[in-house]
Formats: sequence, structure tokens, C-alpha cells
Amino acid sequence: MFAGQVAIFLKDSIEYKVIYFLCWKALVFLLEALLDQEQLTTIEDVQRAMFAQRYIADRSLATAVFLALKRRKPLLLEGEPGVGKTEIAKVLSAMLDTKLIRLQCYEGIDVSTAVYEWNYTRQMLHIRLMEAGGINRQEELKEIFGPDFLIQRPLLQAIDASNADAPVLLIDELDRSDEEFEAYLLELLSDFQITIPEIGTIQAKEPPIVIITSNRTREIHDALRRRCLYYWIDFPTLDKEYSIVLARMPEAPERLAKQVCAFVHELRSADLYKAPGVAETLDWISSLLALDQIELVEGPVRDTLGALLKYQDDVLKVGGNEMTKYLKKAQGVS
Amino acid sequence: MNALTGGNGDLFALDPLRPLDIERGERLLFRLTEFGRILWEVGIDVGPRKMLDLAVTLNYVDITNKEEFYDTLKCSLLGKHEQEALFNQMYLYYWYMRDRQDKKGDEAPGAAKRDEKKMRLPPSELKRLAEHLNAPSERKDLRTEMRESERRRRVEEYLKDDEDDEADDPQGTAYSAIEMLRKKDFESFTWDEVQEAKKLMSEMRWHLGQRPTRRKRPARRGSYPDMRRIVRRNLKYGAEMLELTWRETKFKPRPLVIICDISGSMSLYSRLLLHFIHTISNGLLNVEAFVFGTRLTRITRQLKLRDVDDAVRDVSKTVQDWSGGTRIGDALHFFNQKWSKRVLGRGAVVLIISDGWDRGDPGVLEVEMDRLQHSCHRLLWLNPLLGSPDYRPLTIGMKTALPYIDNFLPAHNLDSLISLGNLLGTIDDSRPMRSAAAHRKAVAEWSKPRM
Repeated sequence: MFAGQVAIFLKDSIEYKVIYFLCWKALVFLLEALLDQEQLTTIEDVQRAMFAQRYIADRSLATAVFLALKRRKPLLLEGEPGVGKTEIAKVLSAMLDTKLIRLQCYEGIDVSTAVYEWNYTRQMLHIRLMEAGGINRQEELKEIFGPDFLIQRPLLQAIDASNADAPVLLIDELDRSDEEFEAYLLELLSDFQITIPEIGTIQAKEPPIVIITSNRTREIHDALRRRCLYYWIDFPTLDKEYSIVLARMPEAPERLAKQVCAFVHELRSADLYKAPGVAETLDWISSLLALDQIELVEGPVRDTLGALLKYQDDVLKVGGNEMTKYLKKAQGVS
Repeated sequence: MNALTGGNGDLFALDPLRPLDIERGERLLFRLTEFGRILWEVGIDVGPRKMLDLAVTLNYVDITNKEEFYDTLKCSLLGKHEQEALFNQMYLYYWYMRDRQDKKGDEAPGAAKRDEKKMRLPPSELKRLAEHLNAPSERKDLRTEMRESERRRRVEEYLKDDEDDEADDPQGTAYSAIEMLRKKDFESFTWDEVQEAKKLMSEMRWHLGQRPTRRKRPARRGSYPDMRRIVRRNLKYGAEMLELTWRETKFKPRPLVIICDISGSMSLYSRLLLHFIHTISNGLLNVEAFVFGTRLTRITRQLKLRDVDDAVRDVSKTVQDWSGGTRIGDALHFFNQKWSKRVLGRGAVVLIISDGWDRGDPGVLEVEMDRLQHSCHRLLWLNPLLGSPDYRPLTIGMKTALPYIDNFLPAHNLDSLISLGNLLGTIDDSRPMRSAAAHRKAVAEWSKPRM
């Protein structure tokens, strides 16, 4: 009798718990959906979300990103080195809380390094084991060219149907790859599917968000450009760079940050072989901070120019007579 | 079937749409297509696919917001940074200025001029634009609209100055045998001989030395195992790997970059050399061409035209400093800064064609030659004057540049171009000697009297 009552009570409590749990899940789901919707419905939202990840984006850049998200078209980013092309992909993946899959291009990159490869060692071992076990040929074949022996490379990972939500696929420095690989990408980027002869066609449930960057060491073919949204990231304006420095390096004294930005800004208008990018600015500030500087003084500036300029000719040029001119201008800012 | 006819009937039975509604939807689409057409005509690659895409994309943005509309159009239609200025101008013109000009009508000409001042395009683009405006085409409607713009007159005036560059007078002179022609200096060519030479040049076949790439291709014999095929092939033997298959390095022709001097001192040669550059860039896969006098102009796109004469005419319209002074150092400086990173990848061969008469600063030239030599696989210099037996590289420009040249060759007749072709074919992976001693040796060799 008593045992029966306990059993009923337990049962009730379990049901109660299940219902409670389901309600909770539904609530969380709804809230998440609401938040998601709230997040990125307008261009301002994108801009704000990128700012939250400490990336200062122009409105026009935010528009491009917004459209890339909405239309699921690849976004081709070009610009001088160090203006934050690659960073956008990282920021996006953090913003959307999805996986970032990165494919660094190089000359000669091919299907076996970018898309998929069979695990030959395992295949061979497996054949040996099978032979010892004496299983028939057909079965063996099917198993050897099955998903177990497939090594997924970045492009295949990006369109894998088992992904919970669309990842961010970063194809970095596409100009380093060769024409053959570019032609392969054409097909992938228009259909988001990959055919493996032994397995069949694999199609993405939801197309990934594709960011392509290029440094223009080779012209990207028009056919690929046509399939992408295009955005040219320019060097930032003085004010924008200042806010980037503040966002990225909150520990830097305001005075130093202002002077550094002004100095770099001056350098960019000088006739240099390689003008410093934003990455170099940040690098320089952290070098100056490591030397406990609170403002630009000629000696330490001279010693740390290597963080900013990467060619000897440029270092000589800036380190010469022009240095005082630039420094005066920069010190006059704050 | 029934439903269809019924539907049709219903359609006719309905009240006609109010004109305003039609206006609103279709007018925008019409104007967008028209805008796309204009972009296409000025050389921005906007096809139907892009326009369709844009039409879908616009659903996602607020098209009443000017900034948003502009940004969307730009990132959907524009594919190249170089064309951004052109795009912006066309955008301003199409969506703002045109309407205003239509409305303005008979306003004072001064006011219209101020508007035109906004047209700040590089000269090459201005010319292209003008050409587009003048083009005899059947697209009358578009042209009539464009004609209304005052700008056209301005552009035409701007162009009037340099339209006298097609100056070769046809002279009836005897036809020379091919052998003679091949050895004759370009300098003394008659009109007929020029025509003959063009024909000969177009028959030349070019091939450029190859470079190994990082890509592998299947081969009967090679140095890398082709694992994918090995596993496939040997399945029939069980676990034993009996048949081996290989991959080997794939070779590709090197890119060629031609930088040609078209200043006054080269004027006797430059037209024929342009023909030569045209044939070479059509015969090879990967050729970039530049010309310079006081500044550098890229002419790769112009040379893509199939017909030689069209291409050369197009080049001469683009180039501003035809037959002017020479500043080799400045031109190379510009090349090193703006172009070398973009065109000198992958072991390029650089071909400079110039007589070395330089009015610029020799210090600049030296620095830039040094940098150029270090960023390319092989640096060749063709000098038309080298054809004469008693030529010495004594001009300051030539003297400065000489140490940094890997191959110093003549380019005064067809034979010399043929031997250039042979040399290009033999360029291999070996690094040329570029030590200080080699520099000195080169200078010494060219300074002593020749046989």
C-alpha cells in the first residue's frame, strides 16, 4: 500500500519534471529565436554587432556584410594588407556564434588538401585485416570507400550536412592559389555541393557564409568576381583609426593613441613602398606600451619603427630628415 | 486548361491597374536596367545575372534610404576597385545629375558648367566615356538621353588636341624581299614595308620559358606517388601494392611583363613596337603591357582587341604622353609601387624596351632598376639603338641601368625580334648572375669597342 503510493508520487513527479523541462526548453528556444531576430535585421544591427566584437565597420562595409548574410552570397574582400580583411570572418563567426572554417590558399592547393582525401594508411591496413578475416569483395569495397575513411578538408567541412548551423567559411588570400583552384571554386560557390565519386553528392543543408580575401598579387578572374559581393576595404580615416585603436587597445593612453594615429596617417600619404596598415598601427602601439611610453618621443619611435615599416628603404626614408616633421605634426594633434 | 482560360477571363474582367502603380514598380526596374546598361557600356562588367541578383538583393534593403541604396548597388554591381571612380561618377550622373539637367533646361550655362566640374575621372576613363558617347550604335534611345548631357561637348573638346596621331603617310615605294626586310632597320621603313612587317610579325609564334608550379599531374613516370590511384588500382590484388602510379610537377609558361618607352626619341620605333607587343600578347597566355614617357600607363586591356590596328588606335587614345619627354626612373618607381606586387608574382620575365635617353634623376633610376631586378625572374632590356655597330651605352640613363640588366638586346629590325623570341623560349629556372662583380663585368663588356 505504502509502496504503491510512493510509486504514484514518483511517477507524478517525473511527469511534472518532464513537463517543466519541456516548458523551459520551449521558453529558451523562443527567447533565442527572439534574440536572433532582434540581432541582425537591419544594417545598423550588423554594425552594432560588429562593434560589440570590437570591429569598427563603416556603414558601407556593414551593408556588404548584411547583404552577404541575407543573400548567402560570398563576399569578396580586397584591400591593402593589414586593413582587417581576415578579421571580418573571425568577427562574423563570433557574432553569429558559429564555427569558423579557414582555408589558407597557396600555390598548388588542390582537391586533396582543400576538399577531401582518403585515409590511405587506414585503407591499406583495413584491406589486410579483411583479407585475414575473409569477407567478400563487395562488402569490403563499400566499406573502404565509406565515410569512415574519408578525411574532410575545410571545404567539405563547410558544407557538411551534419553542421548544426551554417559555419563561416574563410577562403584566405585566394590570389595565392592558381587558376585551376579558382575554377574549382566557381562550381562550389554557385551550388554549395561537392561530388565524391565513391560516395555521391554532398549538399549543404544551409549554405555557409563565405568570406574570400585577396591581396591582389594576381587578378581574380571575372567569373569568380561575378558570383560574389565585392568590397574594397580602404585605409581608415584618422578618426576611424583612432576609434579602432581605442576599441582594440583600451589600455593605451589617449594621448599616445591620438599621436600614433596621426603619425601613421602622415606616413600613409608619404611615398613609401609599403604603407603601414591598421595591423601595424596596433602592433606599434603595443610595442610602445611595452616600452612604457606615454607619448611619441623621437628615440623610442626610431627604435620601434620596425613594427611599422617592413622595408629598409622605407625605414631609411622615414628615419631621416622627415622624422622630425612627422613627429611635430603628430605631437601637435593632442 | 479550364482554370487557365478562367484566369485569363478574370484578368480581363478586373479593373485595369492604376497607372501610378505600374509606374512605381516597373519604372525602378527599368531605370535599374538602364543604369546597368550604362555601366556595361563604359566597361564595368554588369551582365543580366548581376542585374537579376541586384533586383532580388534590393528586397532586403530600404531603397528609400539613399545611402543604403548606393551601397547596395555598389557592392552588387562593381567588381573592381579600379572602376570605383567611374562607378561613382556614373551613379551620380545617372541618379542625380541627369534629372537635374533635364529639369534645368535653359538655365544659364555657367551653372551647368559647375556641375560638369564634378567629373573628375582619370583621362583614360574620360576618353573611354567619350568614345562611348560618340559610338555609332543602334541603341538610339540611350544615346539620345546621353546626348542631352552637356558633358559630352566638354569631353569632345578635351579630346580634340590629340587626335592627330595617325600620321603615317602612305608612300609608294618598291616592295622588298623578305630577307632584306628582316635585316632592315625599322627607322628606315616605308609605309609598304611597315605593312609587310606587320604581316610577318603576326606569323611569328611565341613561346616563353616554363616554370615549375606546385601543382602535380598524373604521369607515367614521376617523383611523387599518386596514392589515390595506387589504392584504386591495387584493390584487385588484395593488400599487396603491385602497380605503382606517379605524379609529376606541372609546368606553366612564365608571365611576361613588357614596359615600352614611347617618348619622343623612340617615336620612329614605337608604333611598330606596339604592333610587336600586340602580337606577343595575343600569342602568349599571360602578358601584361605598359607604356611610359613621363608616366606609366597600363595598356593590357586595350591590347586584348583582336585587330592590331584597332588595338594600337585604342592605345594611342589612352596614352597621354605620346612622344613627350622620358623619365624612366619615375615610370619604374610608379611601376614598382603600384604594379609590381600585382603582376610580378610567379617568376615573371620583364622586358623593357627603351633607348635609354632619360631626363629624370639617375639616382632614382638606379634604385628602381635594382628593386625591379630583384623582384623578377629575368630582366631584359631591348634597345633599338643597339643595332648600329658603333653604339655604346654612354647616355646617363643607359649607363645607370646597365648593371641591373640580365640580357641587353637590340630591337631595331625583324631579325632581332626573332632572336628575342628564341631567347624567351630558352629561359629556364637557372638564376642569372646578379652579384656586384657580374654588374661590373656587364658594364665593362659593353664599354669596350665592338668588332
